[in-house]
Amino acid sequence: MAQTFIEILRRALDEEMARDAAVYLLGEDVAEGGAFGVTKGLAAKHGATRVKNTPISEAAITGMATGAALCGLKPILEIMFIDFATLALDCLVNQAAKYRYMSGGQLAVPMVVRTQSGAAGGAAAQHSQSLESWFIHVPGLVVVAPSSPMEAYGLLKSAIRLGDPVLFIEHKRLYAMKEDFVDSAELPTIGKARVAREGSDVTIIAYSAMVRTALEAAETLAGRGISAEVIDLRTLLPLDMATISASVSKTHRAIVAHEAVMSGGVGAEIAARIADELFDELDAPVKRVGCPFVPIPFAPELEKALLPNALSIVQAAQELVR
Amino acid sequence: MSVNTPNAERQIWIYTQMLRIRTFEERVKRTFTDHPGVIRGHTHLADGAEASIVGSLSGFKKGDAALATYRCHGYPLVLGSDPKAAMAEIYGRVDGLCKGLGGSMHLTDVAHGFLGTSGIVGAGIPHAAGAAWAAQIRGKEEVVLCFFGDGASKQGAFAETLNIASLWKLPCVFVMENNGYNVVTTSAQEDANAAAGEPLSIKAKAFAMPGVTVDGTDPLAVHAVVSEAVARARAGHGPTLVESKVYRLSAHGNIIAPPGVPLHYPEHEAITVFGNSAEYEAALRGDPVPRFRGILVQNGILTPEHAAKITSEVDAEMQAAVDFALKSPFPTLESALQYNYA
Ligand SMILES: Cc1ncc(C[n+]2csc(CCOP(=O)(O)OP(=O)(O)O)c2C)c(N)n1
Ligand SMILES: [Mg+2]
Repeated sequence: MAQTFIEILRRALDEEMARDAAVYLLGEDVAEGGAFGVTKGLAAKHGATRVKNTPISEAAITGMATGAALCGLKPILEIMFIDFATLALDCLVNQAAKYRYMSGGQLAVPMVVRTQSGAAGGAAAQHSQSLESWFIHVPGLVVVAPSSPMEAYGLLKSAIRLGDPVLFIEHKRLYAMKEDFVDSAELPTIGKARVAREGSDVTIIAYSAMVRTALEAAETLAGRGISAEVIDLRTLLPLDMATISASVSKTHRAIVAHEAVMSGGVGAEIAARIADELFDELDAPVKRVGCPFVPIPFAPELEKALLPNALSIVQAAQELVR
Repeated sequence: MSVNTPNAERQIWIYTQMLRIRTFEERVKRTFTDHPGVIRGHTHLADGAEASIVGSLSGFKKGDAALATYRCHGYPLVLGSDPKAAMAEIYGRVDGLCKGLGGSMHLTDVAHGFLGTSGIVGAGIPHAAGAAWAAQIRGKEEVVLCFFGDGASKQGAFAETLNIASLWKLPCVFVMENNGYNVVTTSAQEDANAAAGEPLSIKAKAFAMPGVTVDGTDPLAVHAVVSEAVARARAGHGPTLVESKVYRLSAHGNIIAPPGVPLHYPEHEAITVFGNSAEYEAALRGDPVPRFRGILVQNGILTPEHAAKITSEVDAEMQAAVDFALKSPFPTLESALQYNYA
């Protein structure tokens, strides 16, 4: 039976808590399910000690999760909206990412910070951002952005077992997405991308909710005689250049599509790496698809108009494959 | 004297640890003149706070943990770290506690319960609470000691953390070393409680936890206050905020200068900024290390001969640390690319 992203994510949390007694959940309202109900029922099942509600103190709770991780726990912290990660940035950037390094390998921070990002349904400028590129700039962090319920299931489990601080970015537009739950013994490797659709004329590199959009675009393009390959990055840091390279060496054209604004974005990084490492393979410049450089407006009609969609990707592909 | 008074042997141990910190840091300071260029970056000395540090850690048990700030040389020495490895870290050498990747501000020695430091003022406070949360879950009556400065208590992380620590009854003791200064700013210039003439321990009241102010230049007084707080934490009754009043006898840190400019320790800010030599000289007269030695001799706990023997042993230990650190190789380039991920 098909289950939603939220249900499948909850299942991953539930199973990891059952599997490993060191896994603890904390965050604002998590004992009641958190802002989107992801952790609903877990307190009743695993006990209030293991699913802790915290005060609205992002600096302290991120610091506490880090401190607990130093001492053998595997905390999973929920930051309600990635927009609020600004208040946790000091800990993530200056401490969690650096403890292992600064201590010469004595310390480890096996922590997952779950958060959600992206625009949906008129949450306006402070509850809709895509801020992932801030974090890919920080050595020591891992950034994961799953594209579907089953992807989230495997990636969350791998993240929990990784042993390094992971920012796990869910997309609110995906929360209602349904998929059949498929049991598989194999978990994805953090740092490995996946080819979501094979093609030969152009590579569309995407992550998070934009993978679905890219697949839609690829379908449209197929109808117009353009064969698009879609790469789901899964992990933004570390970046899987090997998968990108294999694909671009085949298609000779690349588009990076994300919901975040383009300036200083993940797409800028990937375009630079492709230009640097695969210049001779390219038949056309690398294209980026992203949001215009403004905050996300409230009016849902405007929000929808600004967000990159399948058509934006189709147009970019058609410009490249002329 | 209360039941919390350490016996004679323990008092000698406390004195010895105070002297070890002092001598170690004198050798750090002397390195700037004896071996110019050997220490780069930022160092911060704890001279004047030795009684507070040792008094706080004298009840430390295996399984307990301590976290501190960039002013961090003293704690690991008391907890059992090898001064050779500590000095090598400060010199940026491969045999350092952190293999030269941390430096003076980030001494860490997990094997001895010293979980690390943050150079970001106030940032270590929630980490200590997180460590205390883990200790609470382990349920072995282990505690976490969290050291930070008076200035750090104006950070949001301080207020956020004390609230949770009290709410969750975490086994944590927050030791605020009030040395009266944040670099060149006095507490009264930046702290509403200090400006109103209140002790900084009053901040505990906002978080429904005990707050105690203690003379941080008296190791036995600190021992008494902190061990009571530790006992409370071990018993599951939650955290305490201890304001330990000390005076830092050196400037905030060595001068910060671009490469090529030799580094040194300037005079204390009381003199350079406030023109108040009288304040500084009074603090020097109250120097806790010779004072405690005097008290032990006066009380017949330590003979002058024994004191002299301790001094020469500590001198030799710290000379060996300097010699070792000077000879230790620089880290290899490959090591700079390690330890980033598991
Ligand atoms: C977040 C942050 N702001 C500013 C600084 C610069 N700084 C380093 S130490 C210091 C003073 C801190 O005073 P206090 O907490 O009393 O500790 P002390 O140095 O006196 O031991 C400042 C402002 C910093 N390291 N981190
Ligand atoms: Mg101070």
